[in-house]
Amino acid sequence: MADSFLSIQHVKKTFGDNTVVQDFNLDVGAGEFISFLGPSGCGKTTVLRMVAGFEEPTSGSIGIAGKDVTRLKPNQRNIGMVFQAYALFPNLTVAQNIAFGLKVAGVPRADSDRRVAEMLELIKLPQFGDRYPYQLSGGQQQRVALARAIAPKPKLLLLDEPLSALDAKVRVSLRDEIRAIQKELGITTVFVTHDQEEALSISDRIVVMYGGKAEQVGTPFEIYNRPSTKFVANFVGTLNVLEGTVTDAATGTVKVGAGEVTLKGKLNGSKAGDTLSLALRPEAISLGRQAGRDATLGGEISEVSFLGSVIRVRVGLGKEAVSLDTFNSPASPPPTVGEKAEISFSPEDVLVLH
Amino acid sequence: MRSGRFWAWAAFIVGAAYFFIPLIATLEFSLRMRRGTYSFDAYQVVLGDPRFQATFGYSVVVAVFTIILGVLVVVPTAYWIRLRMPYLRPLVEFITLLPLVIPAIVIVFGYIRMYGSNSPLPFLASARGTDILLIIGYATLALPYMYRAVDTGLRTIDVRTLTEAAQILGAGWTTIIARVILPNVLIAVLSGAFLTFAIVIGEFTMASLLNRPAFGPYLQNIGANRAYEPAALAIIAFAITWGCMSVIQFLARYAPKSANRPN
Amino acid sequence: MTDITVSDPAAARSAPPTSGAGIRLPTQWLGVAPFFLFALLFLILPTSYLILGAFQNPAGEFTLENIRALFQPSIMAAYWISIKVSFASSVLGALIGLAMSIAIVRGGLPNWVRSTTMTFSGVASNFAGVPLAFAFLATLGRLGLVTVLLRYVGVDIYRDLGFNILSFWGLTLTYLFFQIPLMIVIITPAIDGLKREWGEAAATLGASQWQYWRMVVIPVLWPSFLGTVILLFANSFGAIATAYALTGSSLNIVPILLYAQIRGDVLNNPHLGYALAFGMIFITGLANAFYIWFRTRSERWLK
Repeated sequence: MADSFLSIQHVKKTFGDNTVVQDFNLDVGAGEFISFLGPSGCGKTTVLRMVAGFEEPTSGSIGIAGKDVTRLKPNQRNIGMVFQAYALFPNLTVAQNIAFGLKVAGVPRADSDRRVAEMLELIKLPQFGDRYPYQLSGGQQQRVALARAIAPKPKLLLLDEPLSALDAKVRVSLRDEIRAIQKELGITTVFVTHDQEEALSISDRIVVMYGGKAEQVGTPFEIYNRPSTKFVANFVGTLNVLEGTVTDAATGTVKVGAGEVTLKGKLNGSKAGDTLSLALRPEAISLGRQAGRDATLGGEISEVSFLGSVIRVRVGLGKEAVSLDTFNSPASPPPTVGEKAEISFSPEDVLVLH
Repeated sequence: MRSGRFWAWAAFIVGAAYFFIPLIATLEFSLRMRRGTYSFDAYQVVLGDPRFQATFGYSVVVAVFTIILGVLVVVPTAYWIRLRMPYLRPLVEFITLLPLVIPAIVIVFGYIRMYGSNSPLPFLASARGTDILLIIGYATLALPYMYRAVDTGLRTIDVRTLTEAAQILGAGWTTIIARVILPNVLIAVLSGAFLTFAIVIGEFTMASLLNRPAFGPYLQNIGANRAYEPAALAIIAFAITWGCMSVIQFLARYAPKSANRPN
Repeated sequence: MTDITVSDPAAARSAPPTSGAGIRLPTQWLGVAPFFLFALLFLILPTSYLILGAFQNPAGEFTLENIRALFQPSIMAAYWISIKVSFASSVLGALIGLAMSIAIVRGGLPNWVRSTTMTFSGVASNFAGVPLAFAFLATLGRLGLVTVLLRYVGVDIYRDLGFNILSFWGLTLTYLFFQIPLMIVIITPAIDGLKREWGEAAATLGASQWQYWRMVVIPVLWPSFLGTVILLFANSFGAIATAYALTGSSLNIVPILLYAQIRGDVLNNPHLGYALAFGMIFITGLANAFYIWFRTRSERWLK
């Protein structure tokens, strides 16, 4: 790809007999925010560390801004990196931490001071320049780490699970802050996370990784709504999977539990008698009949969890069960366990997993 | 990276040589007693020497009493400081570190001047009293090590929570100390005990200045008068130290791991 | 228990359950009383006794005469050789120990190297005193294995190199046998505390290995390093057994002089002996005071 800013070509990494990354290919455009999403051990951190230069690929090449950096040392790559454990230098003040990259690059004192002030402003900690890392909260430390990483104006920003060590509230606010700063500076960013909500909310594109391979690359919308593999469908978001048996391939009729649904044009050449996995997001299912959601199945409510704005209801359908979300409404009481219920969904929303 | 590993090996090998050559030389020397051939004669002579047996036995007994005294002084204090009086911790830690700053010879000099036969506490008036003073002196020398070992043990088990949990379950103080705290810090106490043993067993200065028939002065005496026996004694002493440290390492494997607090 | 809760609920909460007698303050202090009594009687009072004695004449009057007497050439020489040996063995021990510790923690050596080194260091740091002297006599004494082997290949370290086990370098070399391992035992946890991410962060920011060491590693390790040097200094400054067994009283270091004084009043003035002891405490105390001053002054980043 001509306009790709970060280009990872056929990269493979083995440690002894253990292949951690196999034939990984990715092109990231300039200014793009891309996330590597996957469970631990999927190889996402290894890819990031190869981009940073801490690991050398067993084979393949990595290019940044049109230049092959595969064999370059980390300190020659002009990248910024933020680590899960903050990794601020404990003996330096906040300002000295941010100035570190400028100092080693030999930037004159006055310019460096100006840049540090600018960075402190950017991360909204202008009065914290003289503090030491131990005097800051986790969220503040991570913002300083971000400022330190971008102060020398790197070509590429690498974020290695930067939010994992923080508590829930800080995580969300810092996430939005990172995205805002990234947009403002237009810096190409690779973000590694195992948290799908984080990846979905922050990224331009997501790479879902599993077993050292990229399972799917796409926008958050595509990844969530059109997962291309069973792993992606399961890993991203909550998913109800129902076993169904094709009864009539021509009309697309599939028997699920005691009921039947019609899935036109989704069966991809399955024959009558084949078993299929049908997947549905909780928000794609309604309790009771609803306009536009033509497929219905009958069952019984087995569990009700009040989550605040949303109520998650579990409905048993014979041997199977599905979870669905309904909005809380103060006027009407939530459904009760044991009630008979009918669920409806649009055949359009069903993901057929082969 | 590769050159880094080269230097690491180089540092390790040079260091290992410095430490092993004296040990090998000593071992070799200790085997040379019989002319023209290697033999264990030096060891036989040493182990068969009644003075060796007497002084070594004396030092073992002194070491055991030192450990008992050390435990009695340190454990209740460390526990109480952790539990009730944390504001005293800096002071107590400072005091326990003093023996690392004040040389043993100075401490024992003070004893000799303060506890003579005319003083209110005439330890030096009798042999038994001097034995006790020697034990006290050794407990003082071992204080930094004993306190640190016990305090670390108490920190990992989080005594405050354990004590409160035991109190909620209706335990009295005797039960708490005997059934909850002691079993949990036993390994730390034993580590401190073996370290104390290693320090005390061949100690020279205090025993010599208090004129006690301990192993340290015996070693010095042999060194001044014999040729091969000292080397054999050095090997034996090294083996004893090694034994103590191995026991401590072995115990560490059974120490309770910090479950309650990350730090 | 109820009788005290009425008057002072805070005290009741912190009082042990068996303190129902109603005597409040002493029960708190009973737990630590044996310790303080012990420390007072057998550590603080004896030391204070010597320090006070150093400033008194035999009649018990205040005087600086004993301190002044320390400045006679023979005593100054003893202090000087003691300081030299302690300084050399602590600084060399610390540097070599640091290098070995970095090698085993950061050098990419196999795991067994680290565990063996740590175990051995635990042993060797406690292997001092008389047996250590024997070991070095068997190695570098006139009949020692290394001496003999070197003579075999044509180098007589005593005649050709002017080496003597009963000298400054002989004693320093011997003391290193427990100084280096002690450094390794103390400093390795500090090296473990250097996070790998610091180095990686520095690298991504463009720093060379040397810049990373100069700006981060050395400043971070410096306080522990200096603290350990001070400890090693005190450790060898007060050591007597090794030197005594090695040299008899031919090498006049302060502890040996003091030892002779205690045994036989060789200085003909017991109060000069007190002054000698005071001088030892003064020097190790000064080293520690310097360390504390340094730490509070320049290491604001330490919690």
